[in-house]
Amino acid sequence: MAKEFLEHTLNINRRKFLSKLSLGIGSVALGSLLIPDLFSGKPDEEALMAGLPHFAPKAKRIIYLFQNGAPSQLDLFDYKPKLQEMFGQDLPASIRMGQRLTGMTAEQEKFPLAGSMFQFNQYGEARAWISELLPYTAKVVDDICIIKTLHTEAINHDPALTFFQTGAQVGNRPSMGAWLSYGLGSENKNLPAYCVLLSKGKGNGQGVYSKLWTNGFLDSVHQGVQFSSGENPVLYLGNHESISTTDRRAMLDHLAALNEETYKEFGDPEITAKVQQYEMAYRMQTAVPEITDLSKEPEDIIKLYGPDCLVPGTYAANCLLARKLSENGVRFVQLYHQGWDGHGNLPGEIRGQCLDTDQASAALITDLKQRGMLDETLVIWGGEFGRTNYCQGPLAKDNYGRDHHPRCFTVWMAGGGVKPGVYGETDEFGYNIAENGVHVHDFHATILHLMGLNHEQLTFKHLGRRYRLTDVAGNVVKDIIA
Amino acid sequence: MNRKQLSVIALMLALSATWIACFQEGNNVPDLPEKVSYNFHIRPILSDKCFKCHGPDGNTLEAGLRLDAAQFAYAPLTETKGAFAIVPGKPEQSELFKRISSTDSSYMMPVPESHLGALTDYEIKLFKKWIEQGATYEPHWAFQKPQKAALPKIKNGEWAKNEIDFFIAEKLQQAGLTPNEPATSAYLLKRLSFDITGLPPTEELMNDMQNDSSAAAFEKAVDVLLQSARFGEKMAVHWLDVARYSDSYGYQDDNVRTQWAWRDWVIHAFNKNMPYDQFITWQIAGDMLPNATKEQVLATAFFRNHKYTEEGGVVPEEYRIEYIIDKTKTYSKGILGLTAECAQCHDHKYDPISQKEYFQLFAFFNNTKEVGYEGDVTQSKPAKNPVLSLSDAEVKSIYTFINKKDTGAISVSVMGENDTLRKTYILDRGVYDRPTVEVQPVPLQAVLKTDTAVKRNRLDLARWTVDKENPLTARVFVNQVWQEIFGRGLVKTSGDFGMQGELPTHPELLDWLAVDFMEHGWNIKRLVKQIVTSATYRQSAKVGAENFKKDPENKYLSRAPRLRLKAEFVRDLVLASSGLLVPTIGGPSVKPYQPKGIWEAATSGRGELATYKQDTGEALYRRGMYTFIKLTAPPPGMMMFDASNRDQCEVKRLQTNTPLQALVMMNDPTVLEASRVLAQRLLVEKASTDERLRTAFRRIICRNANEKEFNILKSYHDAQLAQFRQGKLDAVKTLNVGEYPLNEQLDKAAAAALMKVVNMIYNMEEAIIKT
Repeated sequence: MAKEFLEHTLNINRRKFLSKLSLGIGSVALGSLLIPDLFSGKPDEEALMAGLPHFAPKAKRIIYLFQNGAPSQLDLFDYKPKLQEMFGQDLPASIRMGQRLTGMTAEQEKFPLAGSMFQFNQYGEARAWISELLPYTAKVVDDICIIKTLHTEAINHDPALTFFQTGAQVGNRPSMGAWLSYGLGSENKNLPAYCVLLSKGKGNGQGVYSKLWTNGFLDSVHQGVQFSSGENPVLYLGNHESISTTDRRAMLDHLAALNEETYKEFGDPEITAKVQQYEMAYRMQTAVPEITDLSKEPEDIIKLYGPDCLVPGTYAANCLLARKLSENGVRFVQLYHQGWDGHGNLPGEIRGQCLDTDQASAALITDLKQRGMLDETLVIWGGEFGRTNYCQGPLAKDNYGRDHHPRCFTVWMAGGGVKPGVYGETDEFGYNIAENGVHVHDFHATILHLMGLNHEQLTFKHLGRRYRLTDVAGNVVKDIIA
Repeated sequence: MNRKQLSVIALMLALSATWIACFQEGNNVPDLPEKVSYNFHIRPILSDKCFKCHGPDGNTLEAGLRLDAAQFAYAPLTETKGAFAIVPGKPEQSELFKRISSTDSSYMMPVPESHLGALTDYEIKLFKKWIEQGATYEPHWAFQKPQKAALPKIKNGEWAKNEIDFFIAEKLQQAGLTPNEPATSAYLLKRLSFDITGLPPTEELMNDMQNDSSAAAFEKAVDVLLQSARFGEKMAVHWLDVARYSDSYGYQDDNVRTQWAWRDWVIHAFNKNMPYDQFITWQIAGDMLPNATKEQVLATAFFRNHKYTEEGGVVPEEYRIEYIIDKTKTYSKGILGLTAECAQCHDHKYDPISQKEYFQLFAFFNNTKEVGYEGDVTQSKPAKNPVLSLSDAEVKSIYTFINKKDTGAISVSVMGENDTLRKTYILDRGVYDRPTVEVQPVPLQAVLKTDTAVKRNRLDLARWTVDKENPLTARVFVNQVWQEIFGRGLVKTSGDFGMQGELPTHPELLDWLAVDFMEHGWNIKRLVKQIVTSATYRQSAKVGAENFKKDPENKYLSRAPRLRLKAEFVRDLVLASSGLLVPTIGGPSVKPYQPKGIWEAATSGRGELATYKQDTGEALYRRGMYTFIKLTAPPPGMMMFDASNRDQCEVKRLQTNTPLQALVMMNDPTVLEASRVLAQRLLVEKASTDERLRTAFRRIICRNANEKEFNILKSYHDAQLAQFRQGKLDAVKTLNVGEYPLNEQLDKAAAAALMKVVNMIYNMEEAIIKT
C-alpha cells in the first residue's frame, strides 16, 4: 500500500515534469540541450525511492574486460611448481574429491597433471607470480589486485557466463550493467549508460549472447547498447549517405511541429517525451562518432596500446575506446574477448591470446592512471571459470589441453577503490581453494559496494519477488578494498 | 519597501504556496474504508512485509509464527507466553499491532535488518481497524471460483454498450471520473484494425468508415476484421511470447531448428476460432488424446520451444531437468498466471505452493522421451526427439495450414510419453543431482482440489486446467486478452495472480468476463468482439486535465489508452502502408535487412547460423512475426521496440520510449525503402503534389491531415524539392536504398523530395501509436 502511494506520487511528479516540458513543444525541440533527459539523466524512480546510492562510492565507473572462454589461471597467474614435479602423474583422488567434471573429460581414465610450460617470475611489492605470457601486465602489477580464489557453480560456458553477468545461471535476469544503470543512472546526456564492445581472438571461441547485456525485467533503457566496429558504431546511428546534419535538423524541426499538432489534440505528455528522444538521438549522432574515432589519438597513446588499436574491432581498439567512453561518463563499459577455451593445444592458443590482449589491458591501466581517472574507474579482468590442472587429451611437455575448472580461478581488479596486491590462495595443486574464497555472488556484492550500493538493498520487485543481482547470497570482500 | 522587494516576496510566497500544494498532494492519504477487507487491504501488506518470515515457507519461519491463516495468527505465541499475534476485536492486545506500530528497533516489525521498511501510518490504521472489526481472514481471491455478479446499477445507463461498461462506469463513478466522448471514427478504426489484425486498416475500410460513422458501420467493421486471416497472426504474436518461440536452439552454438510448423498451427487455430479449452488441451497433451491426430501432436510443440544445449561436455541430466523446469514454468506462468517456479528451491514464500507440490506439478512433464543432450552442434538436427514427421503428401492433403515450399518431410520437436513412468523426486534446492523424496504427479491443490490418490498423467493435467471449476485458467486468459487491447490487464501483474500479484482493478468485471467466456464455449473471437464493441473501448484517447490528475495511470479507463504498437506491428505498418507487404501466411522464418555483423560478432563460429545470410525478394517484405529469431542475437530493431527475446515465457511486454527507437525509424533501410516505394507509387497514382502528400499521410497515420499538418508537410516538401532541383541534395543517392526496383521513368528530384516527406511521416509520434 505504501508503495502504491509512492508510485502514485511519483507518477504525479513524472507527469508534472512531462507536462512542464510540453509548454511549447517547438521550442523544446530547439532548446532541448538545456533539458535533462529521461533516457539517461536520472536513476530509475524505484531506485530513487530507495535513496541510492546507499553510501559514498569509491568508483564511479566500471570497465569490465571479460576474457570469454576461460583463460588458464595455471599458465598466467597461479604458479604451481608441484604440477611440474608431478608432471604426468594422476591427480590424487584426495584432491579431486569426486568433483563433477564436464562431459569432455568425465570419461577419461586418467587425470595426468600438466604443469605449465611457461616461466613464472615475481613482480612488484606483493611479489606476485606472473607468467612470461604477460610481460605488460607484470609492469602494472602494483596497480592491480590479483584474486586467485574466484569460484563458481557452473561448469559450462553458457551458464557460467550468464551467472557472471546476471547473478543466475538461467533465467532472464538483468545484467550487472543494467543493475548499475537502474541504480545510479547515467553521468551524461549524449551516450547510453551501458555500452558493450565485442572482439575475438584466434583461440577456440565461445559465442556471446545479447542476454548477457539484457535489461531482464528492468526497463529497457537499462539495456546494454552494443557498439560495433562497422560503419555504424551504434546500430542505426548513421544517417543515410544522402542526409547531412543540416537536413536532419530541418526534418526534426518539421517533425516537432507535426508532433505538436498531435499534442494539441491529445494532451499526452508522452508525445513531448518522444520529441525529446529524437533530440537525444540527434545528439548521439554527433557525440558517438567523435568518441569512436580513434584515428586522431596522439602517437604516445597509439604506442601505449599497440598498433592494433588502430584496427577497428580488435581488443586493443576496444580497450582504447573503453577509456574514451569512460572518460565521457559512460557508467559501465563491458568488453568481451573470445578465444580462451583451450581444451587442446593450449600453449599455442594462449600465447596468441596474450599477444592480442596483454599490452592493451595494461595500457588501459596506465592510461587511466596518467589521466587521473584510475581512482574512480574500476577495471576488472577475468573469465567465467578457470581451467583444470590435469590434461585433457594428449599430454606433452610443450603441449596439453585443459578442461573447465569452476573451483578456483584468477580474476584481477584495478582502480576504483581496490587495494593492489594478491588475495586468496589455492592448494599446491591449484585445484581447491586453500584460503579466502570469493564466490561470484561475493564478487558482485563487492563491485556494487565499490559503486556505493548495498547489494542487499538494490532490489527490484518483479512478479511478487524482490530480485537482487546477488540473489540471496554474497558478502563484500572487505579485505581488497582500500 | 520598494517594488523590487515586494516582487521578491511575492515570488517567494508563490513558490511556497506551490511547495505546500505539492506537499499536500504527496500526502493525499485516503480515508479508511468503511469495511477493511483482508484480501484488498490487509493481505497485500502482510504478503509484502510479513510473509517472508511469517508465511507459508516452513524453512524460513521465524518464532514459529504464521500470519497467512486465521488458525495460526489467532493461536497463542510459542515464544511469548500468554501473548497472541492477533486478538480479534482487540488491537491493543494484539502483538502484531503493537509491533508494527512500535518505533523501538529491538521490538518493531518488520525488523530493520529485513530492509522491508516500516509500515506507513495509513497501513497501521488499516490494521487497527481490521482487528477491531474482527480480523476476518478471507481465502485468496484468485483461488476462489469466479462468479457472475449482477450488473451494477449506474447513473449513465445510456452510455453503456454492453455489460463491460456497467462495471467500468461503476468504478468511474466511485472515483469521481467521467468517461471521454467517443473517439472519431478514423482514430477508432485504426485502433480496431491494429487490435484485431495488427495491421493498419485498408483504404476501402477507411473510406467506408469515413462515409458512414454510425455505430452499425463500426460493428460491421469489427466483423469484417474478425473474419480476416490476419486475426490469427495478430493473436499468435502474443502467444509466441508465452510459448517462447524461436528459430534456433539457444545456448552457445545456437544452431537452427524448425518449430515454425507449430507457429503455422497457432495461426490456424486462432483463425478457425478453436475454443480456448481445446487450444490449451492440445498444446498440453494433444499427443495423449485418444487416437491423436498429427495435428494434435503438433500442438504439443508448445512445450518443446524452449532452449536446448548443444555445448560439448554438459551433464545431460542437468539439462534434462532444466528443460522440465522450463516447461513447468511456462505452464504455470503462461496458463495459470502463477509464479510456481519460486517453489523450485523451497516452499513458496507467498503462495500456498510447497516445494513438494511444485515437483508434483513438475512430474507431469517429467515423463517425456526427450533426453538432456543429443550431441554437440556437429550432430545437430532440425528437431530433437521425440519428433513428429509430416510427409509432403500429408501436408498437401491434410495439414494444409502448414506453409511448406519444398517437397521433403518436415520434422518438429513434440511431446511423447515414456512407456514406463520415470520417477520424480523432490530436488533439494532444485538441484538436479540432489533427489530426496519421490513424488507422484498431482495438480496444484490450492488452485483446485483433486483426489490425490488417483494416478494422473499429462492429459489429466490438461483436463484439470480447463475444468470449469478451475478458478485461474479463464481469468488468466481473459486478462491477457484485455491487456493486449488496453495495454494493462485488469490484473496488472498478468503473470502473477498469486498473493504478491496486484489486485484486480475491476474484480467483478474480470470474473464476469471469465465466467461468460466459459459459458460461451471459451470462444475467443466472441471475447475480443465483446471488448472492442464496448463503450469503454470506443472512447477517445484525449488526456483531459481533470481525469489525468485523478487517474494518471488510467486504471479506471476514463479515456482510451494511447499505446505504442508492438515491435512486429511497427514493421507491419511500414510495409503495409507503403504497399510492400507480402501477405503470405506462415512458413519458415525469413531474414530481412539487418545491420551487418550482428550474428558474426556474437557467434562461436560453429553451426549454420554463424553468419547472417540475408534473404532477397519477397522474403524481405514479410510481416514482423516471421522474422527469424536467433536466440543469442535476436533481431536488433525489434528488440529496441521491446520485443521479447524469447528466452523464457513472457506474458507482458514493456513499453519504452528511447532514442534508439528514433534512430531505427530514421535510418532503418526497411523504413527508408518503404518511404521510397510509397513515394514512387504516389507519383504514378496521384496527379498533384497536394494529393500525394495527403494520401501518404492518410495511409500511414490512418486519418486525414488537418490544414496545419498539411502546411507543414508542404513546406518541408517544397524546401526539399528546391534543394534537389538546385543540386544541393543528391536525388540519385537519396533514392538508392533497398532492393525493391526503382521506377526509372520518374522525375528523381520529385521522387526524392516526396520520399523525404514520407519518411518524416513515418517518424511522427502518432504513426506507431494506437490513439
